[in-house]
Amino acid sequence: MSNHAPYIRQPASVRSIMLKVLAALLPGIAAYVWWFGAGVLVQIALASAAALAGEAAMLALRRKPLWLFLGDGSALVTAWLIALCFPADGPWWLVVAAALFAIVAVKHFFGGLGRNAFNPAMAAYCLMLVVTPQWMSESQSPVAGQEWQWVALGYLLGGLWLIRQRVITWHIPTAFLVALTAIAGGFHVFNPAAYAGVEFYLLSNSAMLGAFFIATDPVTGATTPRGKLFYAGGIAVLTWSIREFDIYPDGIALATLLMNSCAPLIDRCTQPPVFGNKIEPPAA
Amino acid sequence: MPRQFFKFNGGVMPADHKAASTSLPIAEFAALASLPGELVIPLQQGNGGSLRALVEAGTQVLKGQRIGVGYDDTGTAVHASTSGLVKAVEMRRMPHPSGLSALCVVIAPDGEERWITRTPFDYRRAGLAATRDYLRDAGVLVGGDFGATGQLATLVINGAESEPRITCDDMLMRERADGVIQGIAILREVLRASEVLIGIEDNQPEAIAAMRAALAKRGAENTQVAAVPACYPTGNARLLIRVLTGIEVPHSRRFADYGVECFDTSTAYAIYQAITLGQPMVSRIVTVAGNVERPRNIEAPLGVPLRALLALCGPQADTNRVIMGGPMMGMTMPGDEVPVVKTTHCVLAGSPALFPPPPPEMPCIRCGDCARACPADLQPFELYSFARARQFGKAQEYHLFDCIECGCCTYVCPSKIPLVDYYRFAKSEILARQRDQEFADAARERYQFRLLRAEREKQEKAARLATKAAAAHAPTAEDAKDAKDTKKALIAAAIARARQQKEQVTPANIDALTPEQRAEIAKIEARREALQSSAKTAPPQDE
Repeated sequence: MSNHAPYIRQPASVRSIMLKVLAALLPGIAAYVWWFGAGVLVQIALASAAALAGEAAMLALRRKPLWLFLGDGSALVTAWLIALCFPADGPWWLVVAAALFAIVAVKHFFGGLGRNAFNPAMAAYCLMLVVTPQWMSESQSPVAGQEWQWVALGYLLGGLWLIRQRVITWHIPTAFLVALTAIAGGFHVFNPAAYAGVEFYLLSNSAMLGAFFIATDPVTGATTPRGKLFYAGGIAVLTWSIREFDIYPDGIALATLLMNSCAPLIDRCTQPPVFGNKIEPPAA
Repeated sequence: MPRQFFKFNGGVMPADHKAASTSLPIAEFAALASLPGELVIPLQQGNGGSLRALVEAGTQVLKGQRIGVGYDDTGTAVHASTSGLVKAVEMRRMPHPSGLSALCVVIAPDGEERWITRTPFDYRRAGLAATRDYLRDAGVLVGGDFGATGQLATLVINGAESEPRITCDDMLMRERADGVIQGIAILREVLRASEVLIGIEDNQPEAIAAMRAALAKRGAENTQVAAVPACYPTGNARLLIRVLTGIEVPHSRRFADYGVECFDTSTAYAIYQAITLGQPMVSRIVTVAGNVERPRNIEAPLGVPLRALLALCGPQADTNRVIMGGPMMGMTMPGDEVPVVKTTHCVLAGSPALFPPPPPEMPCIRCGDCARACPADLQPFELYSFARARQFGKAQEYHLFDCIECGCCTYVCPSKIPLVDYYRFAKSEILARQRDQEFADAARERYQFRLLRAEREKQEKAARLATKAAAAHAPTAEDAKDAKDTKKALIAAAIARARQQKEQVTPANIDALTPEQRAEIAKIEARREALQSSAKTAPPQDE
């Protein structure tokens, strides 16, 4: 029993936050299934099972309360994001390996929920990109086809709902999309032959998934209002650079990891002024 | 014309549960029950310093008689809250979670409520300094800065009782608005404030109406009642000043530096009582709520045990704790026998159903809900991680001491982390370290001074010896002669002393001897005498 104030608490919990994130993914998943078939559901099921198994094993090894943490929903969020990023027609072991790596190595080796420095889903994506490039490159092209636009729209709707629910703030999605539009649009106008257009980026499913569900991971991202703008802008610029100048078709995962490593510094440099220190106080 | 309000960031809006304790009017304690067998009045009332007792066991006191005053001129006096006999001046448990004791005056009421003679105070003739002293002696907590700046741009009156369940100021304004307005008028005049803003939360419409009516009747100039948006913790003085004037006074500065002062409505009422009625502060209105059948406000004499207050409102069977204050900032009391003091706004009975233990603590996921709820614009989750890692320097860098411990961060935290507990811990650790540091510094200074003194004494001694030696090396003839004489005299005296000592030596164990033994001893003595005398006369062989 807590002996100290406050004695009342808001009902929100880690679990309710994670469940809302999962719920917000549903419109996008529905569009995915509608256009590409139920394959992705199998991937989601596989990734979820692997993530929960990995989580349970690590919790047992670390002697943590099993049901409390298994029930928090964070492993499921990681699993679903992996399943949605990975090729839906990939082999079954691909998402299983990725989910296990994300949970066991990226999350629990760093101390579990809230302690990981890097986004588990994106780290697993990068690992698989390096270790099994042949499987990852067979991925459906992220080029903005009409079908993918519907999936992107689903993510956008879910993301807007998350903002309304105050699970995430507007800063990261807005900064990400604005920066991506600015840099891609700018270069496209400057040289349309060499650089892809804005719609190519904005209407791909990965941009919306990245803007609302990946860059907004609070554990690994920047947390101050100003810091979030720099952080998400950085991811957008890096994503565009990797896509345009590197061999990888989709740069969000790498860009996210790079900016994850900058997040503590960004936070430190963007501390908001505290009450009473916003303007110069008058002389005594 | 509706006033424009300023905003502060953050704040929360928990269910206020205020209706429960406003359905019944304020009741005098004495009207509901007779006084308990003893009233315990701590010689320490909220402003830190302790007081000197003016009475001792056996003294008869009148209601309103001063029984404790400060050791210096900052301590606010305390008074007997009823007439009776002082039973003791002794250590009693204080209304604080630590359960520590302090010196208290224990009064056994005689039930007659005999007052001292009450004479109104002419503050207009007395002036600011004398009025401040009068209020201090009348036991009104007005703060050390009272009137420190001479003139005020804005006097803010705090009727924004933003914490859930507390309604004592609300009811005070509803029922005694005229007295409050008179107190405010006195404050305005004494502090020479150009403008008075009375901030009341807009979920207390009855209080707002009553205050506006009283204001219209009294016709106070440049005084306005402002219905500020209800949001916890607007009742914090700094935040209310921000809302009403737009001024943000930082944690490190006094309100007066910004031409503002803030007083509670209950303080304004106490000032009215002290100055206009000549009554020192002997009671206060306390909200009794929570796990009780009839929550209400009671005007309680200071020193009444909380238990007696709760008993008047029908505490329910599953009550498991007594909280002084509201559900956001209140303190769990070490027991229900602790007394009502001048800062007791509210007494809550708690039960596991009413204030359930929080769900298990989860790790922080840096969601930032706490930062969005923080009215001091801090980053509570960063402070938490620093406090947890005992990185107190970093915590201070992130403005730990600007935290007002309002509890908003803990209230919203989805991980159910008792954040404020961590800040309280970090603050007390830092203060303890500072104190230790000060002790260590003082000790080091003392030690260094001792070394310095030892060194100085050594040098002085050396200097003295040196001058002496110099004197010995270059003596005048007379000095030398004197010195020689002194030396001779000293030697002679020493010899005389030695001789005397030797003569005084008496053999031990010669009390209970037989005559034969005595005779033998006498013989031996004689032999030794002879030997000694022969040794003295005979010159030593080897000389």
